[in-house]
Amino acid sequence: MNPLLSVRDLTLLYGPEKGCQGVSFDLYPGEVLGIVGESGSGKSTLLSVLSGRNRPDCGQVFYHCPQTGSIDLYQASEAERRNLLRTQWGFVEQNPRDGLRMNVSAGANIGERLMAQGVRHYGQLRQAGLQWLKQVEIDPSRIDDLPRTFSGGMQQRLQIARNLVSSPKLMFMDEPTGGLDVSVQAHLLDLLRRIVRELQLAVVIVTHDLAVARLLADRLMVMRRSRVVEAGLTDQILDDPQHAYSQLLVSSVLQP
Amino acid sequence: MDTVMEVKGLAKTFTLHQQHGVELNVLQSLDFSLLAGECMLLHGRSGAGKSTLLRTLYGNYLPAAGSIRVRHQGKMVEMLGSEPRQTLELRRTTIGYVSQFLRVIPRVSCLDVVMEPARARGMALDKATARAEALLSRLGIPQRLWTLAPGTFSGGEQQRVNIARSFMVHWPILLLDEPTASLDDANRNVVIELIKEALRAGSALIAISHDADTRNAIADRYLDMTPKELSHAI
Repeated sequence: MNPLLSVRDLTLLYGPEKGCQGVSFDLYPGEVLGIVGESGSGKSTLLSVLSGRNRPDCGQVFYHCPQTGSIDLYQASEAERRNLLRTQWGFVEQNPRDGLRMNVSAGANIGERLMAQGVRHYGQLRQAGLQWLKQVEIDPSRIDDLPRTFSGGMQQRLQIARNLVSSPKLMFMDEPTGGLDVSVQAHLLDLLRRIVRELQLAVVIVTHDLAVARLLADRLMVMRRSRVVEAGLTDQILDDPQHAYSQLLVSSVLQP
Repeated sequence: MDTVMEVKGLAKTFTLHQQHGVELNVLQSLDFSLLAGECMLLHGRSGAGKSTLLRTLYGNYLPAAGSIRVRHQGKMVEMLGSEPRQTLELRRTTIGYVSQFLRVIPRVSCLDVVMEPARARGMALDKATARAEALLSRLGIPQRLWTLAPGTFSGGEQQRVNIARSFMVHWPILLLDEPTASLDDANRNVVIELIKEALRAGSALIAISHDADTRNAIADRYLDMTPKELSHAI
């Protein structure tokens, strides 16, 4: 099996040890990679460079598309990159308001990626809207409502549906359960787990919640001061951390 | 018989960076091999490293040195230094691990928890459901609990759900950490039966048990894990 994403020596620094540097890894289809670490360790910067939102100072991101072959993300044309971001990839923001269009209906939010791919048939768009609302456990009768009438948990699920409609192979998630209360979080985690497995999605997820990491991620990278200090199998990192900082991180969590 | 696991020179050290860098050498130059259909009991006092060994063999703890070779789909593969996805693949089809403790996930029903290992290998839903129901019945979990999430179950019930889950599929190698601890006699006998069925089906077992009846019922041989510095005292 070939990796879906190959990352080599990726670096974007805003200052000494601010940002991310020297990050390399391969991500395979269906694999979930968690990025954990303290605030300011560079997790979100790394995610933005991986997902084509910020050009790195140096290093490469290769995406191996099963259909069209290998793309070097930052050597590709703007059109190629935009197309990749809107079809094969998805991005779930921590704050759903950043990932949704708040002034158009739920159905229109879901249909946007399809329209960008040239689907113009109203019936098809509506059908996709209804189907994806159901998939993310939102009452389909809410299809014409604006996202701002939804609760935080529903908005987050709508954002996920909006991404999944183009059948992406790879999703980036920035603290997807961050601002939600615990019961809503459990619902969303359950949904994410199911979707990741059913659709064989590869995911890079940034989280500071180690319980979320344990539940969703196959493997972890622990970041500190812009560098990856430890990487490996999720339960091995959490149960037998090797690096002094990983040990501190794991031992600092309160057991409920 | 076929060798399914070969361990050579295995060592495990814990370095506690947060506690003045103390080093604990829990396992040192351990060697053994394991045949299909064989049950090996780990022997040693509390603190001798029995659970540490099981977790190391499962890839949950990172060994300091040595080699763990495992028969996976007809070939011997090395676990030390393998990629996370290779370890996960071994855990999906080759090595199972049972502890006393169930890791509960909110909102996931008892039946789904039990079926998961079989579903992960692609067993059809109706077949998996039937097998899960049969196991839960044998282990005395009442039917009214099957559709509930096990988070609210008693400790003993959670333990039995975990055991049902572990015996859903055939494991060429099964690691058992106190599978019968705190079970009543009837349930303990069911677990012993399940273990014997697995052995007859060719599973190789490595087990820890503080219960003499369980040990006598399943053990083919023992691995002495008494630390070297204590061995003269026994």
